[in-house]
Amino acid sequence: MTTKALARGALGLLAAGAVLTAGAAIGSDDGTRIHWGPYKVGDKRSGYTYAGAQTRAMQDDDFQNPAFLWLERGADIWETAAGEAGKACADCHGEAEEALAGVATRYPIHDEARGKLMNIEQRINWCREEQMGAAPFKWESEDLLGITAFVKNQSKGMPVAVSIDGPARPFWEQGKAFYEQRRGQLDMACTHCHVDHAGTMIRAETLSQGQVNGFPTYRLKWQTLGSLHRRFRGCNKNIRAEPYAYGSDEYVNLELYTTWRSNGLPIETPSVRK
Amino acid sequence: MMSIGRTTPRIISAGLALGLGLLSGTPGALAGDPVTPFTIVDGYTVPDSLTETPGDPERGRKWVINRKLGNCLSCHEMPIPEEQFHGQTGPALYGVADVYDEGELRLRLVDPKALNPYSMMPSFHKVDGLHRVLSGFEGKPILSAQQVEDVIAYLMTLRDTSKRR
Ligand code: HEC
Ligand code: HEC
Repeated sequence: MTTKALARGALGLLAAGAVLTAGAAIGSDDGTRIHWGPYKVGDKRSGYTYAGAQTRAMQDDDFQNPAFLWLERGADIWETAAGEAGKACADCHGEAEEALAGVATRYPIHDEARGKLMNIEQRINWCREEQMGAAPFKWESEDLLGITAFVKNQSKGMPVAVSIDGPARPFWEQGKAFYEQRRGQLDMACTHCHVDHAGTMIRAETLSQGQVNGFPTYRLKWQTLGSLHRRFRGCNKNIRAEPYAYGSDEYVNLELYTTWRSNGLPIETPSVRK
Repeated sequence: MMSIGRTTPRIISAGLALGLGLLSGTPGALAGDPVTPFTIVDGYTVPDSLTETPGDPERGRKWVINRKLGNCLSCHEMPIPEEQFHGQTGPALYGVADVYDEGELRLRLVDPKALNPYSMMPSFHKVDGLHRVLSGFEGKPILSAQQVEDVIAYLMTLRDTSKRR
């Protein structure tokens, strides 16, 4: 197969927003002998391409991927009325497949009313509080993970395309500064692991580029689905740095920066990682 | 708040540091200070030992494995066959004592950023200038002065690049 044919195949997949399938075929240029399909776009490589074959197989098979339990929960939440308004998400938005296609590719967005960024979890809770008169879901609750995964899953296969122009720009800059600042007793920045040393082994783990296109992700180590902010907290604590709160401005700015790094990679939610 | 080191070596080394400080008139080493001051000479070496007690290579070998202490194996391959999964983000350390002397190794341990400002390697005996250290670890170096000397003593045994041991 020629590179061109491969690229066309990958593009076709993205354009159609089709369900991603295992891209394992022969011939590639990164020494892995695996053709990564849409999981590799130029120099950008999804965490999928650093994961072991078993982990990838688990992600690829809807029946094996444990995250599908959360997707079902999310689908239920979409349909179920809640709060004082007695409305479900579907009452305002209609069919999820139509209403949500492509939405997750654009978040975090700049929210003018609040003068700062808003990510998907915060959008969901904004809908609950402002539109439904319902209590916000707590971070890392099964409900918030389920509905977030469900929303993002409607954009599966579509390239991440977050905007950093206009009012979002200063927040992107703060996220970039966070990414590059050394922190913690071990005095490391995100860049040390995910830019300078991506692809090398740190003990038993292969450092990936830290791409964010698969979140929320089912982590075998966690034995549950987890948000991107949980991952940020974990990476901070691993270097003995004080983490920030879930949904904090610092982490949402960092989310915009890391999502921008993932621009062009297809949304993979829900991914499976070690 | 000063916390007393969990390990006896740290308490001893702090005491020694104080003793040395009084004798030689060096400022900084207050009673119980978890960091022993060191002097970089000519930008490439810290020739003076941080402690009076010489390093113990057997203990040093334990510290480089221990995930809560040196955890050097997370980034470096070393002749430690009983441990699986040696990291490779840093250079392999087989035969490192053929390349560097004690003082050069000491600088690489206490403050590798003095040599390479972009280094990923932690400064193992330094607490100044750190940002947002996790609560419980503030003001504490990763390795005590005695542990640094133990690790150096272990590294000085790595004279063979053939990966045998
Ligand atoms: C000491 C090394 C280290 C540092 C520093 C570090 N990480 Fe990580 N990170 C890892 C390891 C190991 C993993 C798991 C394997 C992988 O995907 O790289 C990981 C995974 C991730 C992932 C998940 C990737 C995926 O495909 O699921 C993201 C996102 C991430 N890190 C972001 C960050 C950010 C943001 C920072 C800084 C705040 C950071 N990391 C700092 C070691 C580090
Ligand atoms: C998080 C990664 C990391 C950890 C942990 C780490 N190192 Fe390093 N080390 C490096 C890197 C990267 C280099 C390459 C030079 C540089 O960038 O400073 C290095 C260089 C060295 C060198 C110089 C080697 C040469 O060939 O020039 C020595 C000696 C060394 N490390 C010893 C240790 C010891 C002993 C420990 C544990 C107490 C340790 N390192 C922990 C990443 C690490």
